[in-house]
Amino acid sequence: MPSNKSVSDEPITQFINCRILRHHKLQREDLWVRGGKILDPEKLFFDEEGFADYRIDCENRIIAPGFIDVQINGGYGIDFSQASDDYSLGIAMVAKKLLQHGVTSFCPTIVTSPPAIYQQVLPQIRVQNGGPDGAGILGVHLEGPFISKEKKGAHPPQFIRSFNIGAIADLLEIYGQLDNVTMVTLAPELPNSGPVIQELARRGIIVSLGHSVANLSQAEAAVLQGSTFITHLFNAMLPFHHRDPGIVGLLTSEKVPAQNRIFYGMIADGIHTHPAALRIAHRAHPKGLVLVTDAVPAMGLPAGCHSLGQQEIHIDGLHAYVAGCSEEAALEAASLHPAELLNLTHCKGTLDYGSDADFVVLDESFTVRETYIAGQQVWKK
Amino acid sequence: MKLVILDDYEQASEWAAKYIRNKIIKFLPSEDKYFTLGLPTGSTPLGCYRKLIEYHQAGDLSFKYVKTFNMDEYVGLPSGHPESYHSYMWNNFFKFVDIQPQNAHILNGNASDLQAECDSFEKKIADAGGIDLFVGGIGPDGHIAFNEPGSSLVSRTRVKTLAKDTIVANARFFGNDLSKVPTMTLTVGVGTVMDAREVMILITGAHKAFALYKAIEEGVNHMWTVSAFQQHPHTVFVCDEDATLELRVKTVKYFKGLMHVHNQLVDPLHSMKDHKD
Repeated sequence: MPSNKSVSDEPITQFINCRILRHHKLQREDLWVRGGKILDPEKLFFDEEGFADYRIDCENRIIAPGFIDVQINGGYGIDFSQASDDYSLGIAMVAKKLLQHGVTSFCPTIVTSPPAIYQQVLPQIRVQNGGPDGAGILGVHLEGPFISKEKKGAHPPQFIRSFNIGAIADLLEIYGQLDNVTMVTLAPELPNSGPVIQELARRGIIVSLGHSVANLSQAEAAVLQGSTFITHLFNAMLPFHHRDPGIVGLLTSEKVPAQNRIFYGMIADGIHTHPAALRIAHRAHPKGLVLVTDAVPAMGLPAGCHSLGQQEIHIDGLHAYVAGCSEEAALEAASLHPAELLNLTHCKGTLDYGSDADFVVLDESFTVRETYIAGQQVWKK
Repeated sequence: MKLVILDDYEQASEWAAKYIRNKIIKFLPSEDKYFTLGLPTGSTPLGCYRKLIEYHQAGDLSFKYVKTFNMDEYVGLPSGHPESYHSYMWNNFFKFVDIQPQNAHILNGNASDLQAECDSFEKKIADAGGIDLFVGGIGPDGHIAFNEPGSSLVSRTRVKTLAKDTIVANARFFGNDLSKVPTMTLTVGVGTVMDAREVMILITGAHKAFALYKAIEEGVNHMWTVSAFQQHPHTVFVCDEDATLELRVKTVKYFKGLMHVHNQLVDPLHSMKDHKD
């Protein structure tokens, strides 16, 4: 094929012999990429009279949008909640290692910590694009310290806080800044949480309910004030009860306005949640499921004793589990739904024309074989 | 005229595709000598396009030195609209074959001066040396392209307003919302298609039977514009049994009796592989 002189001089790559996830279905369709974005080949053909410069044969594999992890506390020995001299290098290392799991964007998560930690660590995390050096950082997920002592999970109780006046000042006093913060997990039953939720939502920061003993009414109120996410559904909250479903009840609550979709994170490792419970949630509200790892610093490391923030925990081994739903639904729970949660669907989470070309190539067993960010191959098995 | 009658839709589509394939390959197209092909849209030619794609994917047929000219396009549909004929051609044909984009010509229904666009299309055809083979279909009202009943038999490429029946029939592609259906199209004229060196009309299905009868057993009449091709020296009608239901038994028997002659046009079936330079 002669060299293509179209609107841009950037090379056009056509991925052939693949099935791609588009419009919620895996379909046999070529994927076209140019300039780091997914390209519309019909427009290219008719408007620019262009064609592909490179053709890559995917040997019948599956191409899905890159996975987005909105809850990950660290990995490979790196703990996002611990300050260190080479903190930035640590984040970069994890970002690079995530590529082999098909994660192209993530939210480094910081668990309940003392103010000193936040103030040292937050200025060192910047929202940035992914690339050959690692997955992109969408922003920080602050999980705590405004949570319930009764549902602290693995968080250190001595640093758990409540709201003083119920305004952003409370948060700034602890965190220092909210510049690169994408999400805050808090317990809505804490007094004065309302105005805080509203202000965070107004600033475009996702408010997530978690580590909480809220009942359903309190949770619904929080949703009406602007909360849109539930942190690891079922874990660190009151169990579902048929007379007060608690936070879990948000999945089917009539008080959640139709146009506000509530999303819920699920750690699909078969341990944090029984697969049957995961399936119940999925069947009740399939479009809200967001798969998260909630990975700890010990991820990728051998069994033994490791730290998580200011705590020590023991690791025994890792599992991965697929929720008995369709392939497309599972893929979307790891890509499209987190993008919808973060209001990023115009550029992430899909293979729609114009989207960032962040995608993964999977084989029949859904193992990640290759990872691409902005159309560039950044990892290959 | 050659009336080629096959048993069913699949066989008719395949015969037509083989005919086109042989025509292109025997022409020996090259950079200095392109084969010009006129193309239709609609449900009838889908089977034929599928076979042509198969031949291309098997390495037997290339469209690298083929120029195509589509018959028509709606006026006013935004580019990329799934119901536009641009989208039809991309999704059903162009995206699977090796035609060079600058050689795929389709009328632009969003041109600022529609008649100028039509005149320019005529000029492109002339510049390409005219059309070697124009493939078309037939409407239930006997129209070729959008040359609805009453269209001049010597018409050229121009803007046509659609008949109410056509708009209603098309509504199903526009969510059954009549307000969304285009009311005008740009179409090649009957005269434009008559200028082609050869014409092949695909007609399948019982709902087209009456139109076929009017087109070949009655006189040349601008109410059934396909009848104009009775006056073309090289026309092939490819149809299935159902499309012949309104013809005289005598007509059908006569042409079925000629199938062994007609089949020589598709057998032996040529392949690009035999002509590797």
